[in-house]
Amino acid sequence: MNYNFEWDVVLSGEYAQWLYEGFVTTMQISVVSLVCAMLLGIIICVMRMTPFKPFRWFALAFTEFFRNTPLMVQILFWYFGAYLVIPEGIMTWLNELYVFVPGAFTLFGHEFVGEWMLLNVEFFSGVIALTVYTSAFIAEEIRAGIFSIPKNQLEASRAVGLSFTQAYRYVVLPQALRIVVPPLISQSLNLIKNSSLCMVIGVSELTYMARQVESYSFRGFEAFTVATLIYLCISLVVSLCINLYNKHFMLQVKY
Amino acid sequence: MHWEVVWNNFDYFLWGATKFDGVFPYIHNVGGLLASIILAVLGIFFAFWIGMAFGLMRLSKKPWLRYPSVFYIEVIRGVPLLMLIFWFYFLAPVAMGKNLPGFQSSLIAFVIFTGAYIAEIVRAGVLALPSGQLEAARGTGLSQAQAMVFVILPQALRNMIPSFVNQFVSLTKDTSLAYVIGVNELTRTAVQVDNREMNASAEIYITIAVLYFIVCWVLTSTSRRMEKQLSRYQARGS
Repeated sequence: MNYNFEWDVVLSGEYAQWLYEGFVTTMQISVVSLVCAMLLGIIICVMRMTPFKPFRWFALAFTEFFRNTPLMVQILFWYFGAYLVIPEGIMTWLNELYVFVPGAFTLFGHEFVGEWMLLNVEFFSGVIALTVYTSAFIAEEIRAGIFSIPKNQLEASRAVGLSFTQAYRYVVLPQALRIVVPPLISQSLNLIKNSSLCMVIGVSELTYMARQVESYSFRGFEAFTVATLIYLCISLVVSLCINLYNKHFMLQVKY
Repeated sequence: MHWEVVWNNFDYFLWGATKFDGVFPYIHNVGGLLASIILAVLGIFFAFWIGMAFGLMRLSKKPWLRYPSVFYIEVIRGVPLLMLIFWFYFLAPVAMGKNLPGFQSSLIAFVIFTGAYIAEIVRAGVLALPSGQLEAARGTGLSQAQAMVFVILPQALRNMIPSFVNQFVSLTKDTSLAYVIGVNELTRTAVQVDNREMNASAEIYITIAVLYFIVCWVLTSTSRRMEKQLSRYQARGS
């Protein structure tokens, strides 16, 4: 193998700046999608568990459909084909929408708190796709967590006189939460990894930037190594979180 | 709405420009859904053996067997599949000195990627068996390897089947990533048709999403049914 490694090309100057910006974008898109996915996931999960049949059917169809189609296709759909499901007025409004983007660039001399800029349509489509895809998984995780609490817990708390809401609030949910958190953390890691797919619609996240550096400088090995190491660090931090959580909060409960 | 675009190109979505002839490997230019399925089936087949080896290595007590396996599993599971595909596509030529077509290099990436997940499935499956099974097998005089092959694995593998099917489903979905390096599988055929027609993006992407959904959903529901059936025969600890 004849290849001269030139690490300083990638680790300093403009290319390092690009990779850093890619990392920031990856984190931004992941955090925004994670928050939205949690909310949507909880809503879907609640719909799935209500006695009202149409809600349940909708939630079931939602989770089954979005879990069983590739994220790549969903991203392409939300970017190229969203005109079919989003009315034209909203599309025009979105294209002219100004959003406040908090700046996170303080490392390389830049220091700005944030600015108003045109909504980045690629970023927005990526967020929608990641949100919908991840929320289907999150809804299933939460449901599995609630179902893992034996039914007699609910029955017993109803029998001692708690209302349905109280029983869920004080008995079932606190126990379910403890079980649900680790899978949710690993879902958020999946989300960070999945955000790399947004490069196909031109969101300038880490993988996209690594490609960019590769095609500008022909330093593919170095660029991909740096990007891979960044992803690995993220995943190490996340699995550390899961381990710490398990150590401190996971009580072994036998039913 | 331009559903006729979808209808006119439907055969292209299903098998692309696949040609069958008498020359080895008898099938050329695979494309469309057929290519996706072939990629997934080959991927899961090779990944099974890799995953089995690394999963058992991870369970071993010998550090020189365990740590390489831990390293492999943790690294691969921490990296996005897209990154792996790029590694094998752009960088394998530099390392090996010759070009690898997209189909093969994405297949290698899928095998390596899925292997790590299957290794975890194998590990979990073996650990889920009550420890009495291994102890009893060792107690009757079988060696560790014999106990594994004749007692533990036959039971563990049966319990793992639903997880394998789920992994296969996820691999089928992941084959869509091969589009990025130009493998002519279902997603790429859709993008091609979309770029040519320009007026039916939503219809095209909905159609291929439904095609993927049919394949994956059939498999998911099979695995769910199997899970129910298998849980009846499981050996339980006291």
